[in-house]
Amino acid sequence: MKLPYERPTLRRLTAGTLSKFGPQAGAGVRPVAEVAGASVPALLAQFGSPLFVLSERQLRRSAQALRRSFGTRYPRVQLAWSYKTNYLNAVCRVFHQEGAWAEVVSGFELEKALGNGVPGHHILFNGPSKTAADLARAAEVDAVVHLDSFDELRALLAVAAGRPRPVRVAVRVNLDAGLPQRWDRFGFNLENGQAWQAVQQVAAAPDLALVGLHCHLGTFVLEPAAYGTAAAKLAALAQRATHELHQTIDYLDLGGGFPSLNTLKGSYLPGPDLVPDLDEYAAAVAEALLGAGFAPEALPLLVLEAGRALVDEAGYLLGTVLATKQLPDGRRATVLDFGVNLLFTAYWYDHLISPVRADAGRPEPTVLYGPLCMNIDVVRETALLPPLGPGDQLVVHRVGAYNMSQWQQFITLRPNVILLDLQGNSHIIREAETLEYVQQPERVPEHLL
Amino acid sequence: MPLKKNIATSEAGFVFNPATGDSFAANPLAAEVLKLLQAGHDLAAIRAQLLERYDVPAHQLQHDLDDFIWQLTSFQLLEE
Ligand SMILES: Cc1ncc(COP(=O)(O)O)c(C=O)c1O
Repeated sequence: MKLPYERPTLRRLTAGTLSKFGPQAGAGVRPVAEVAGASVPALLAQFGSPLFVLSERQLRRSAQALRRSFGTRYPRVQLAWSYKTNYLNAVCRVFHQEGAWAEVVSGFELEKALGNGVPGHHILFNGPSKTAADLARAAEVDAVVHLDSFDELRALLAVAAGRPRPVRVAVRVNLDAGLPQRWDRFGFNLENGQAWQAVQQVAAAPDLALVGLHCHLGTFVLEPAAYGTAAAKLAALAQRATHELHQTIDYLDLGGGFPSLNTLKGSYLPGPDLVPDLDEYAAAVAEALLGAGFAPEALPLLVLEAGRALVDEAGYLLGTVLATKQLPDGRRATVLDFGVNLLFTAYWYDHLISPVRADAGRPEPTVLYGPLCMNIDVVRETALLPPLGPGDQLVVHRVGAYNMSQWQQFITLRPNVILLDLQGNSHIIREAETLEYVQQPERVPEHLL
Repeated sequence: MPLKKNIATSEAGFVFNPATGDSFAANPLAAEVLKLLQAGHDLAAIRAQLLERYDVPAHQLQHDLDDFIWQLTSFQLLEE
């Protein structure tokens, strides 16, 4: 009998080692052979590597948890699924079944939402880039146009003129909620009076109906109190519209920006130890709205456009080690079959990455590289993983948000995406791309044939 | 390629380089390889010996030993 083998490795011990990897140092080392109840090796054998996996159970759980957090504190809550976060139709339809409206930011997304059966009046149209054709389409299907600028207001007035019913409008507001970073390029500023001016102009336009006020503070916002501040300021603006302009505001939309449990790059503490509970955000918002002085029968609907907080947790990226090598500086490097082309959020997050094999040996620090011929293709700058070799499989956790919309067809093709339903059955919800698919829109001029 | 003379190693896999003050943790196989290097065995002999005793394909052992030597080089633990 030969002895079991574990590759020889040497790990430098320095005073800085602990802080370098942080308290989650060991967290990635726990092997994970199943995701959402399905065997990782079996999924990769059936659908190929790499592979995106979405858990329908987790999608529904997250939507229900958000509704519970806010709905138990404020009587009127409506979720609008932020399409850009993940607009695979199957994902959108799960959220729509859970009662979510659609939040879209382009004509393309608007058509997707309509195609998914969302009635026009449940579509909120955000974004700074609506064309005249987009505005006309929104008016036609009775979507709410979330106004971003005075130029857009002018364009919308032209589109709205002579229509049988007024175009429904919300004013997007940016405001100081005490956050270091302000997303003040979107919508109208509250503090300098632009937002009030926009409200007045919409109220005065007979072809427009002012139905809402909107504010999206940013993304991965770790300050629940900021939402309380934003809610209070929007509520005050709504009441001013009621008192001075006799305009009832149907809804206040606080946007998205709630964090998922991912670990932001450079964060010492891992996401699960750092991220406030959704309940804290809900409590701050509910307290502000209930204390704002609305008459009980005139409480506005609270709309939320949570993106990553709803979908990150449900997504996994499964992949395979292609090669390992020793870097000249003494670090170990592992080359994977997926990189920043598929895992766009590797720019943002230190994703939790788990080995699949249980007996792989003692963890060592390694750099994780993707397969692209690009220096920027780094999945993790340092991850503590057991010694891995070609063919070993890995699970990347919490990848549901933004990757399946911001991924790139660069150098390689995009892989299968599957949904595991509530019974554990797998469904391909986006097929792996083919050469034909990628080349289909290309045209070669006559003289080059 | 011998290990530098002044490198201290322990049975438990602790490695100390007094010239630089760096210390390292070696896993069991690394500790074994270091001991063989210190005893003056050359790489080919070490490879043959390990191949006899461990359940590992020859090409993988070759690859891993090469990597390990690279690691020793970059940590400045080998004689120039
Ligand atoms: C207007 C709007 N709503 C909602 C979202 C979703 O954000 P998050 O994923 O941070 O919740 C975004 C994202 O940028 C947005 O711009």
